[in-house]
Amino acid sequence: MGTAVRSHPLEAADFVANEDRMHWHDRALWFVRAKRDKAAAAVPEWEQLRELASQIKLHLLSRLGEYLEQFERNATRHGAIVHWARDAEEHNRIVLQILQQHGVRKVVKSKSMLTEECHLNPVLEQQGIEVVDTDLGERIVQFRHEPPSHIVLPAIHIKKEEVGALFHERLGTERGATDPAYLTEAARGHLRNKFLNAEAGITGVNFAVAETGGIVVCTNEGNADLGVSLPRLHIACLGIEKLVPRMQDLGVFTRLLARSATGQPITTYTSHFHGPIPGGELHIVLVDNGRSRFRADPVYRSSLKCIRCGACLNTCPVFRRSGGHSYHAVIPGPIGSVLAPLRDPRKYYSLPYACSLCGSCTDVCPAKIPLHGMLLSWRGDLAHQKAIPWTKRISMKLGSWVLRNTWLYTLAGKLARTFMPWMPRWTLYHRLNAWGKHREVPAFPRRSFRELYRQQLKQNDGRQQ
Amino acid sequence: MNGRPIQVGLFIPCYIDQLYPEVGLATVAVLEQHGVTVDFPVEQTCCGQPMANTGCREDTRPLAVKFLKIFRDYRYVVCPSGSCVSMVRHHYDEYLAGMPGFEELKQRTFELCEFLVDVLQVDRIEGRFPHRVGLHNSCHGHRELRLGASSELMIPRFNKVRQLLSTLDGIQLTELERSDECCGFGGTFAVNEEAISSMMGMDRLRDHQRAGTEVITAADMSCLMHMQCLIRRHKLPLRVMHVAQIFAGQPLT
Repeated sequence: MGTAVRSHPLEAADFVANEDRMHWHDRALWFVRAKRDKAAAAVPEWEQLRELASQIKLHLLSRLGEYLEQFERNATRHGAIVHWARDAEEHNRIVLQILQQHGVRKVVKSKSMLTEECHLNPVLEQQGIEVVDTDLGERIVQFRHEPPSHIVLPAIHIKKEEVGALFHERLGTERGATDPAYLTEAARGHLRNKFLNAEAGITGVNFAVAETGGIVVCTNEGNADLGVSLPRLHIACLGIEKLVPRMQDLGVFTRLLARSATGQPITTYTSHFHGPIPGGELHIVLVDNGRSRFRADPVYRSSLKCIRCGACLNTCPVFRRSGGHSYHAVIPGPIGSVLAPLRDPRKYYSLPYACSLCGSCTDVCPAKIPLHGMLLSWRGDLAHQKAIPWTKRISMKLGSWVLRNTWLYTLAGKLARTFMPWMPRWTLYHRLNAWGKHREVPAFPRRSFRELYRQQLKQNDGRQQ
Repeated sequence: MNGRPIQVGLFIPCYIDQLYPEVGLATVAVLEQHGVTVDFPVEQTCCGQPMANTGCREDTRPLAVKFLKIFRDYRYVVCPSGSCVSMVRHHYDEYLAGMPGFEELKQRTFELCEFLVDVLQVDRIEGRFPHRVGLHNSCHGHRELRLGASSELMIPRFNKVRQLLSTLDGIQLTELERSDECCGFGGTFAVNEEAISSMMGMDRLRDHQRAGTEVITAADMSCLMHMQCLIRRHKLPLRVMHVAQIFAGQPLT
C-alpha cells in the first residue's frame, strides 16, 4: 500500500483558483464533447453499437484465456514473436531485453497508455536508450517532464503560448510564436529526424483480433506508421483486455472509438499489422499487470470493457474543472477513478469521491461501463476497508443515529431552526464550514413541513365540522 | 381512475421537511388538485442517501429498513425529488433485496412529475406562470429515473418535467448552452469538493443568465438549494422554485 498522494479536493482547489485557465480547459473539453454528440447523432444505430460493444467485450472477458491463446497462435503464424508479461516490471524487462539484444540506442514511441502505466520510459532511459514520444501532445509533455493529463489529448492542459515558449527553448522556434501551424511544422521537422535515426519503434495497440492474430493501431498523426516502417524492429505492447474475438467485431469498435474520442468518424490512420515488415521483427508483449485480478472481481470486472476513448473525461464536469493531473493517476477522470483504487485503495481513496454522481460518464461510455455506479460502489468498499478519513465515518454514524429516531430528528431540526437565524455571522462562516466558503447557508424557516401540514389538516378538520 | 380516489403515501425528503416546507405543501396541493388523497406518515425521516453516497453501508441499512416499514403498505409513494426516489428504486437493493414488500415498493415509488405523467396521465397543468423559466435537469431524476432523454444518449428526445411546464399559460422556457450539466451539489460532494462544487454551480447560473432565465426550476430541491445559496452570496438576479411550487400556483419566491 502506497502512502496517500495529495488528495483530489486540494489539487482541484488549486486548479479552480486560476479561474480563466480553468474555464478555458472546461470549454476546450466541452467543445470535444459537443463534437462527439454531433458525430454520434449521425449514426442511427448508435445505441445498438454501444450495446453490441458491451456484449462483445463481456463475452471476451468470459473466455479471455482461450482468446489470448488463439491470438498468440495466429500472431505467431504471421511471424510475430509473442511475449507474456505478468506485471509492469516484467513488461519493462522484456522490452529492454529485446532492445538490448538488437543493440538499440534510439527508440521512437507512439501513444500507449500501457507503457505509461508500466513507466517504461525511465527504465529505458536509465539504460542509456533514448525514447522519443512521437505523438505531438506526448512530445510536448515529455519536453516538460510531465505525465499526460488526458488519455487522448495528453497536452490539453497546456496553452499554445506555453507550447511556443517551450518550442523556442527546445526546438529554436521564433520567440513569442504561437501559431499552431508553425509550431506543428517545427515539431514535425524535429520528429522527422528522430524517425529517420530510430532503430526501433514501440507502439501501443487499440485492438488485437484473436481470429486473425492481427493488431490495430489508431492514430491521427500517422506517427505509429512511420515509427514502425522506418526501423526494422517493432515492439507492440498491449493490455490483455484489448482483444476482440473476430474481425467482424472490429468494425463495432472502430465506429465507436473516434466518434466518442474526438467526434471524428474515424481516426486518420487505422493501421493493421499482421506480422513484421520484410526483413524486420515484430514483438507483441501481452501484459496482465493486475487485469486478471480485476477480471475476477464481480463488480469492477466490466471496467475492462474500456477502449480508452476518453469520452468520460471530456464529459465529466469535475475533470473539466480540475484537470487530469489532479488525479495523480496514470488514467484520470471517471474511468481512472475506478481503476486506480483497484491498484492501491489507500493511495487513491479520494478519487471515487471526486464525483457528483451525475451519471454523464455512464451515458457517454461507448462500452456501457456503469462508471458512476462503480464509483459509488468504491465508496462503499473504501469505507468498509476504513480507507476514508474517520471524520467522515463518525459524522455518518451520528447522522444515521439521529435519523433512525424520528423524535431525535424532529428535535434536532427544531433546535436548528430556532437558533440558526440568531447566530452571528462569524459563528457560521469560518474555516470549518466548507459549504459557506462560496455559498450562503440556507435560510432556516420557523416551521418544518410536518408542523405546517399538521396545522393545515387541523384547520381543514375544523372547517369541515 | 374509475371514481375512487387514488391514495398516496407522501415521501418528503428530510431537507425539504426542515428547510423548504413550502415545497412539501405545494406537492400536497398539486396531488390534491389532481384528485389524489395524500397521507403523510410522520414516522419518516430520511432515505439514507447521504450515508449511502459516502459509502457507509451499515449506517444506511437501518434507514432503508425503516423506510420500507413505513411505506410498504401504500398503493403509491410519491416524492418531490428524483434523487430520493432513485435511492429507493435503484440503490435500495443492496440493503433490502428479498425483504417482503420491497419489490412492490420499488415499483410503486414515483417522483412527482413521473407520477403525474405516467400514472395519472396528466397532459396539462392548469395555471399561469408568465415568466422566463430555466429548467435544471437534476441528474438523478434525469439520468437514473430517465425523466428525460439525457444529452449523451442518442434516443428520441423527451422530457417529462419540461413537457408539464410547457403547458402552463404564459411560461417561456429558456434554452441553455448545456442542457443537462450537473450543478455540482452532489450531496456530501458539495462540502468534500467545495471548490469544484461551487464552480459548477456558478457555471450553471451563468448559463441561465445568458439564456435570460428569471426563475430556475427543477424536480429536485437539493440542486436548487445549492444554486440558491450561490445566488444569495453573489447577489445574482435569479430566483429558484421547485416545479411543484410552480404547478401549485405559488407566487414567485
